[in-house]
Amino acid sequence: MTAVLPDAALRIDGVSRFFGGGAAQVQALDNISLQARPGEFVCLLGASGCGKSTLLSLIAGLDSPSAGTVDTTGRRVGMMFQDSALLPWLTAGGNVEVPLRLRGIGRTERRARVDELLTMVRLAGMAQRRPHELSGGMRQRVSLARAFAQEADILCMDEPFGALDAMTRDLLHDELERIWRQTGVTVIFVTHDVREAVRLGDRIVLLSSRPGRVAEVFDVDIDRPRRIDSPRVADLATRVTARLREEVGRHGH
Amino acid sequence: MATETDIPESGLGRIDLAKGGVDARRDSDGPAGPGPDALAGLDALDIPTAEHRPLAARTWSAAWPKIGALVLFLLLWQIVVWSGWKPTYVLPGPMSALREFGHRVTGGHFWDALLRTVVRALKGYALAVVIGGVVGVAVSRSTVLRTAVGSFITSLQTMPSIVWFPLAILLFKLSEAAIMFVVILGAAPSIANGVIYGVDYVPPLLVRVGRSMGARGFSLYRYVVAPAALPSVLAGLKQGWAFAWRSLMAGELLVIVPGHPSIGADLQNSRELLDTVGVMASMITIFLIGVVVDAAFNAADRQLRVRRGLVAEGNSAVRAARGRGSAPLPEAAGAMSGDPSAGTGDVSGGHHAGHVGGPGGDGDVGGGGGHAS
Repeated sequence: MTAVLPDAALRIDGVSRFFGGGAAQVQALDNISLQARPGEFVCLLGASGCGKSTLLSLIAGLDSPSAGTVDTTGRRVGMMFQDSALLPWLTAGGNVEVPLRLRGIGRTERRARVDELLTMVRLAGMAQRRPHELSGGMRQRVSLARAFAQEADILCMDEPFGALDAMTRDLLHDELERIWRQTGVTVIFVTHDVREAVRLGDRIVLLSSRPGRVAEVFDVDIDRPRRIDSPRVADLATRVTARLREEVGRHGH
Repeated sequence: MATETDIPESGLGRIDLAKGGVDARRDSDGPAGPGPDALAGLDALDIPTAEHRPLAARTWSAAWPKIGALVLFLLLWQIVVWSGWKPTYVLPGPMSALREFGHRVTGGHFWDALLRTVVRALKGYALAVVIGGVVGVAVSRSTVLRTAVGSFITSLQTMPSIVWFPLAILLFKLSEAAIMFVVILGAAPSIANGVIYGVDYVPPLLVRVGRSMGARGFSLYRYVVAPAALPSVLAGLKQGWAFAWRSLMAGELLVIVPGHPSIGADLQNSRELLDTVGVMASMITIFLIGVVVDAAFNAADRQLRVRRGLVAEGNSAVRAARGRGSAPLPEAAGAMSGDPSAGTGDVSGGHHAGHVGGPGGDGDVGGGGGHAS
């Protein structure tokens, strides 16, 4: 696709993924090549069946490609899901603590780190609350703090704001952008919302569906912070949407 | 896995609250967004509010249906006695039964018998927990084992425990071992099934989350699978207790070990002496032990559900649903079985118990799939 970036944080090279075998074999991803610079915000955009979630699983190391390579260059990958997927038997603080415990960090340091992370997502003082005592947006922020507790250098986000109302989503875009700028984390953000992709991404990778292929890459050359309702965001969103429709339309025949 | 120091870019992935923040707003392509105040405001509006009723009111609302049911039962019993259906030496009234019970409680023999029965129950149950737990974990982890013995466990669970006694008596004679054998066979399958179903019903998303956080093998079990399976395991433990207790009572009636007084032996003894009042006093003892253990399990179960947000204490939506009287709640009958959650409108009523509740063995233990027996 492009020249090899010498300092890439993430290199995906010619990746294909098949499920099943024989006549029932399904191809989810077809020859995907993609690179992300350290600290880059990449949005993966596509309609249903573009293999977005499959691709994230490959990056997170939860799955292996059928062909090609995924190289996270020794960096730690954190994952955030659409459903906040907090462990319901633990408090907000307890959830953030799990990755720290898994890495064998001592109790005192863990406590301090949990406080720090919850403060980062503006949930200081909420550590003792249980997931059901929080709103959807707050749960997603706990989930974000938990992803950062993995000391992730690459953060994979699978439609994290898809189930939230527009107001909450708008505010969480601001929060995510702020935290991304503070931490310098590389973000791979999956969404099917074009405006969200334009609002957040440095680059938008448009995927075609069945199988997932890179259809086009858009560089988002709009100053930050952006507003989701600003004219420049709307302009680019219109162009991306037109291209997306074209891709989706090919499946109607 | 890379540690923090392996990463070339210094501080990457670490949070530094000092940088970023304010300067993030320069070069904006439009007016500033809603900002942190809006977020704080939204949080304040979003936090679900819980209404807490005072302890006295909660205790009373949990207690009065039980007291009412008990009074009604005693009254019906007395009415049958008054009707003269049977002579009073065959069917004594509740007052004489309670008087006999009170009389026994003050004697030493009662406590000897009670102690032996309780020790037998706890010993048998503890062994059943260990055996059932080990078998459950093994079967849930291995497809071969599951195919081999999975369905046998359920078959074993549905076998009335009393049919094991002829074999137990031949193997172990009239001994403690015969009783233990049957108690364990009665309880262990339920406990194993609780574990197996618990592991089967762990949401795949949570396993994915655990794996994405780096949990593998044992740590995945410790942090995700075991806690997620806990409600079903608890339901299995509760059902296992019911089977153990039934098996023990059957055992104590059939296997009377000389010189070993027990509640079951007392009951059998009273029957042989045509002492109906004595039979009833023994049955009151057995009933009370059941009530106490049931209350303990229910307290544990309730605690677990409260922690996971599955009990809607003061939840207006649930109260409204109850008020309309549509869709009867699964625990509508809870008041009769001493279930402390009966008065609180639990929408999730024993979801996990439903998987465990197979057909009852020597009775209706498994029948209560709806509200965890």
